[in-house]
Amino acid sequence: MSSTGSTTEAPRRAFLEGGHALAEAAIQAGCRFYCGYPMTPSTEVLEYMARRMPEVGGVCINVESEIEGINMVWGATGAGVRSMIASTTNGMSLMQESLSEMVLGQVPAVVVNMGRGQGDYNQCTRGGGHGSQRLIVLAPANAQEAVETAYRAFHLAEKWRHPVLIYGDFLLSHTSEAVTFAPPDDATGPLPAKDWVTDGATGRSPRLLTSLGMRVVEAPEDGLAIGPGQTRTDVTAPMHMAVARHREIAAQEIRFETAWLEDAELVVTAFGVLGRFARYAAQLAREEGMRIGFVRPYTLVPFPYDVYRRVGERGIPIAVFENNAGQMIQDVQLGVLGRAPVHFIGEISMDRSGFGVGPKIDALHILARLREVWAARSAA
Amino acid sequence: MATTGEASGPAAEMRKVFTRSPLLGSDTHSLCPGCGEPNAIRVLMETIEEMGERGNTVCVLGIGCYTAFGALMQIDCQQAMHGRAPAQATGVKRVLPDRLVFTLQGDGDMVTEGLQEIVHAAARGERFTAICLNNAAFGETGGHMTATTVLGQRTKSTLGGRDAGRHGHPIKLPEMLAGLDGVAYVARGTVHTPVGVKKTKKLFRAALETQRLGLGFSLVEVVTMCPTGWFVSAAEGPRFQEEKLLPVFPVGELKRPRDLRV
Amino acid sequence: MAKSVGTVVIEVDACKGCELCIPVCPPGVLSMSPSVNAIGFRYPILRDGCTGCELCAEICPDYCFEVFRAAPSRASAEVTA
Repeated sequence: MSSTGSTTEAPRRAFLEGGHALAEAAIQAGCRFYCGYPMTPSTEVLEYMARRMPEVGGVCINVESEIEGINMVWGATGAGVRSMIASTTNGMSLMQESLSEMVLGQVPAVVVNMGRGQGDYNQCTRGGGHGSQRLIVLAPANAQEAVETAYRAFHLAEKWRHPVLIYGDFLLSHTSEAVTFAPPDDATGPLPAKDWVTDGATGRSPRLLTSLGMRVVEAPEDGLAIGPGQTRTDVTAPMHMAVARHREIAAQEIRFETAWLEDAELVVTAFGVLGRFARYAAQLAREEGMRIGFVRPYTLVPFPYDVYRRVGERGIPIAVFENNAGQMIQDVQLGVLGRAPVHFIGEISMDRSGFGVGPKIDALHILARLREVWAARSAA
Repeated sequence: MATTGEASGPAAEMRKVFTRSPLLGSDTHSLCPGCGEPNAIRVLMETIEEMGERGNTVCVLGIGCYTAFGALMQIDCQQAMHGRAPAQATGVKRVLPDRLVFTLQGDGDMVTEGLQEIVHAAARGERFTAICLNNAAFGETGGHMTATTVLGQRTKSTLGGRDAGRHGHPIKLPEMLAGLDGVAYVARGTVHTPVGVKKTKKLFRAALETQRLGLGFSLVEVVTMCPTGWFVSAAEGPRFQEEKLLPVFPVGELKRPRDLRV
Repeated sequence: MAKSVGTVVIEVDACKGCELCIPVCPPGVLSMSPSVNAIGFRYPILRDGCTGCELCAEICPDYCFEVFRAAPSRASAEVTA
């Protein structure tokens, strides 16, 4: 199988649902192994891949569980092929064991969570997993950004040899928009050699792709090695490496969007597609004379704590809008560290299926909440 | 320190007829005295060497005592999560269809934790070889019940012996999988006697040739001694295996493709 | 004293004293040492009469045996039962 395949029919510009656009961009970024278990609202990624992967000589598998799926992606990535899986919320919970160990094992796969509401923020950024696990988490706000995120995700994954999670939702997956397929500039640079790929040890030493710290070669100072020059297992070695890697990632890869911070006396913040709603609400508020600024974190991990710190240092209150019971607000508070008030103006708002968009996902609703916070701020 | 029968070492007219496979590296391993797993892994490595597939093979390791062989085996290896090696091997084989891909798992890994993965991989007819080292116990944790622990077998979690009413019956995975259409080759071997070890090597060859010919999924279960997990001395392992395990897990080929010559 | 048509070289310090090699030796020329090796285990020692049949090597989980056999043509001493 070719790792690039034919992309002669690849569209350069198209009007597509976000899920389809993300899938096409992944293929154009070189993804040649995809698997998924159908679940709303990530199903469309699977449907698109089932049609497109055979056209480019890739593999698409409708798996029997998310647990099988993530481990197939582990295997295919380890074999040197760019691989991706998309799932939703509960399916992501099932993958947590493997995601945890893929950080430790440095398996640079791309995982997409088209979630229900935004209730998976903690799951995506902390995870229900174990060990010293933080993924790189990217939260696109629209279909074009989803396209760019797909290219960037594969680039970052291999740059850092670290799994990358793209966190979207029902709105991102199902909203059709015009998109252009081209990698962003930051996703086109040279990447380190893939000297970890296990594809048969022809003409080189055999390799072991492991999360367990096996074949650690060290002088047996602590007496753990059986003899001089022998390898041993140090399960903590991958954890120390993951923590050090994450520190580097946090120093280099933070991305966010801001507006009107210069004159802001109140800042509204939201992530993902809801960032678009919040920004529009802030714009409407400014037309009413309220000096409201806007922050949207694009990298949820690493989180742009400094942006919030600077807002907090000016004593400016922050209103956090999320479609959940209040999860990102904890990261905002960590950035502000008590320097300014942080208000939660979000809530769980889906349709009764639990999949779709509820009545509070509305710029006018956010505007109403901003008026309340603005008034309370003026009163104080 | 090495010793021989003759103080001066082998006489000049003697030729070496048996030595450690280069695919096993030169390090010692950490498995218990009398463990059967190293025997199975040794003949597996010999088979790959003899097939000329050394540089064309990817092993996916489950989690168990044998995982330590990831540091010894001189072939490309990926370590998987407990039970998930068949899914990971599917990912490898699908993107590298011309490589020889096998999983190395135990009964706790494949039959207890990972039953879904192995059954679906078999049903899909994935063209890799699954190898189950079945010692009817969780050896690494110190002797607890797995899905293949036989009735009456005493473990730390079946203190009076496994009881069908309280703990259920052991799963005979080869018998279970042989009925699936995607499965081309199924066999069970043993390593408690030298002859058993030699025959197991032939089963590995047949399974890997099945894969090489692209005939479908192949499985070899190898019954291995675990004196630690059985609470017997290392020297008593083979007898325990003969008397307690092999009546439940009879050795032989259960399914074989018609086109297979080896 | 039986003539040895084969012999083994035993990597003594890799032995974990499981004794599996002792009963499988057809001429019965392996026995456990009274002393222990570097990691505290008794290990097999070879007396005269080895046939080079390889059965000890087949059963040894710690890869301790290298087996040598006399080169000239002779009836195979290998036991296959």
